[in-house]
Amino acid sequence: MRIANAQNSPRTSRARARTVIVWTIVALVGAIGWGVLALARGEEVSAAWMVAAALGSYAIGYRFYARFIQYRVLKADRTRATPAERLNNGIDFHPTDRRVLLGHHFAAIAGAGPLVGPVLAAQMGYLPGTIWIVAGVIFAGAVQDMVVLFFSTRRDGRSLGQMAREEIGPVGGAAALLAAFAIMIILLGVLALVIVNALAESPWGTFSIAMTIPIALFMGFYLRVLRPGRVSEVSLIGVALLLFALVSGRWVAQSSWADAFTLAPSTLVIWLVAYGFVASILPVWMLLAPRDYLSTFMKIGTILLLAAGVVVTLPTLRMPAVTDFATRGDGPVFAGSLFPFVFITIACGALSGFHALISSGTTPKMIQKETQVRLIGYGSMLMESSVAVMALVAASVIDPGLYFAMNAPAGVIGDTVQNASQVVTGWGYQISPEDLAAAARQVEESSLLSRTGGAPTLAVGVSEIFAQVTGDGMRAFWYHFAIMFEALFILTALDAGTRVGRFMLQDTLGNVYRPLKNVSWKPGLVLTSGIVCGLWGYFLWVGVHEPLGGINQLFPVFGISNQLLAAVALTVCTTLLVKSGRLKWAWITGVPLAWDATVTLTASWQKVFSDDPRVGFFKQREIYQDAIDRGEVIAPAKTMDDMHTVVTNSTVDGVLTAVLALLIVVVIADAARVCVRHVRRPALSTLSEARYVKSKLVAPAGLFPTGEEREEAERDAVGAGQGG
Amino acid sequence: MRSALVRAVRRTAEGVRWYVRELTGESAYDRYVEHLRAHDPDAPVPSRREFERMRTDRQDADPRQGFRCC
Repeated sequence: MRIANAQNSPRTSRARARTVIVWTIVALVGAIGWGVLALARGEEVSAAWMVAAALGSYAIGYRFYARFIQYRVLKADRTRATPAERLNNGIDFHPTDRRVLLGHHFAAIAGAGPLVGPVLAAQMGYLPGTIWIVAGVIFAGAVQDMVVLFFSTRRDGRSLGQMAREEIGPVGGAAALLAAFAIMIILLGVLALVIVNALAESPWGTFSIAMTIPIALFMGFYLRVLRPGRVSEVSLIGVALLLFALVSGRWVAQSSWADAFTLAPSTLVIWLVAYGFVASILPVWMLLAPRDYLSTFMKIGTILLLAAGVVVTLPTLRMPAVTDFATRGDGPVFAGSLFPFVFITIACGALSGFHALISSGTTPKMIQKETQVRLIGYGSMLMESSVAVMALVAASVIDPGLYFAMNAPAGVIGDTVQNASQVVTGWGYQISPEDLAAAARQVEESSLLSRTGGAPTLAVGVSEIFAQVTGDGMRAFWYHFAIMFEALFILTALDAGTRVGRFMLQDTLGNVYRPLKNVSWKPGLVLTSGIVCGLWGYFLWVGVHEPLGGINQLFPVFGISNQLLAAVALTVCTTLLVKSGRLKWAWITGVPLAWDATVTLTASWQKVFSDDPRVGFFKQREIYQDAIDRGEVIAPAKTMDDMHTVVTNSTVDGVLTAVLALLIVVVIADAARVCVRHVRRPALSTLSEARYVKSKLVAPAGLFPTGEEREEAERDAVGAGQGG
Repeated sequence: MRSALVRAVRRTAEGVRWYVRELTGESAYDRYVEHLRAHDPDAPVPSRREFERMRTDRQDADPRQGFRCC
């Protein structure tokens, strides 16, 4: 007999008491973590507190807030069949076990993003970044992913763009599409720039990354011809070859081949653009699919390794909690003050618009139950957020002096260790020229100065953490391991992103010239791939040759664009909440939207109109243009050509920022119009939701089935046995 | 005692194998065949080679399939 329903049975009241005690402890752990982080001043703090604060807050957010959203706001219905069940075709639509889907979804959303942003934001100290990563994910990022996933599931897995068009209208939809395309281009340019900064003048890194191409080609051939579908075995072979390539990179760097793999940044740009172009017109099975397996394996493996490393060593944070750059706004990594720039620098890990593209489209076609959106959407995003926290830990455990020497542009700190040491010490972070040289020697690089972009800094942090376990002898290996791991999936992203950009372009240009719509028409393919590579290649080229520092100039544009995509996603969510009769809950995504729009539009405004030439693109342009007119060269430019480069780049960046901001204002205004109309005259709105079909599947909602769910599964198994 | 341990180890190993096969998509072919056969036990099924080709080539046609984030 079941007694679970009996309210006052001793079993349930005991269970309830236990639950209360457990969650009180979790809350206390989180609160103590935050307390120590916030109150520690002037002394070094253990990363354990950061981990405690983050994990405690995640647990509370997941258990209470996400649950509230799932059942009270979205009213997820476990009796309603999902597209995976209704439209099951055994390929892309099929009900997938929740634990498998969690892995899939996490692997799809987590990439280089959560590792790069937090590292750059560490210039303001570890505290602002930590607060934004944790609070942002609980109230904005994870909510966005989960709500988009829910609404897309109710719409047979429609993409964000389609939902914007159907639910907001053609104007909002077109603006959203254009914004997504622009964002893709900037994203690819900036990611490629991160790679160039990590691989330039580094024969070890360049050789190991170059080797990933033949390895992937071999894997592709194996899967296509030798043993189709045997992904695990070929991935194991691939990872073994990859590790061998990594080890042999050191031999190459010490041999006479070193010169062949020591490439200048501008040479790397040409190689990367050529790679992106060729890779994106080759069939998927040759390069993209096998690379994807490799990078997924490496990604999950490295993240687990890093988590274990952080928990085992619990390193001390050497970066101050809040640096002076947070208020002064003159930081060398990126200009501008804490508000709004921390919130656009850290996108992935806190709130990332790109996730909306994954949460709509692929994942909704595989989810078994509507009640699993909390686990898949919210849960995956919490996992990604913890990756961002680890990246912040890695950036904060290295000597702050080294951190600033690595992340400041060459125009600011010069290109000798003496000069760099002097400038960085002047900022208040003591580091001697000998220490700077020793740090580079330890990881077997010729120099670590101005290795901007985040990847090298993260790699130094990772090697610092791992070397505490494996000893100093392995330090250089871990550094290059981390570089290889980031470069691997950034190269994959270049290929995949170029394809998606091309697809958007083909779809749009196809309206003008019909044959372009046919995605297998070769000339069209080559043309559109060329356009997309040319566009991101332009930003990459500009970034490498920017006298003011490419990351310094371009990363804010990238951050703004990514957060603007989040604004589009949150706008679609809010509109859908209003239109589906959940007006009183519209604040669930409406408040994050308001915050995101405020932050991003403030940042855009400052980048366009600020009087501070370090922040405002047009002020910068004006100063350099005036100097050109007077025939002067002002530092950090060295020649008149540099001066002209600065003028052109700041004009392009400024115009781009303004256009992106305008596009988003259009989307939000159009959505507001739809919402107001719905509130006034609900009869005029249409909701393109798939109709209700009763579900026959039985599946638990959470990671671990509850007692009731287990009983339900048993009853279902017995029923199926009797029936068949 | 020992047989219980052996059983537990075997169950864990099977669980890991199942998870890896599902996550990598190695089980996609078996699932597809099962799906076809569930409707019609005599349905013609593609060979594994044909199926895997079809699956990767679908991504060529629409690169948004299986797209990953930054």
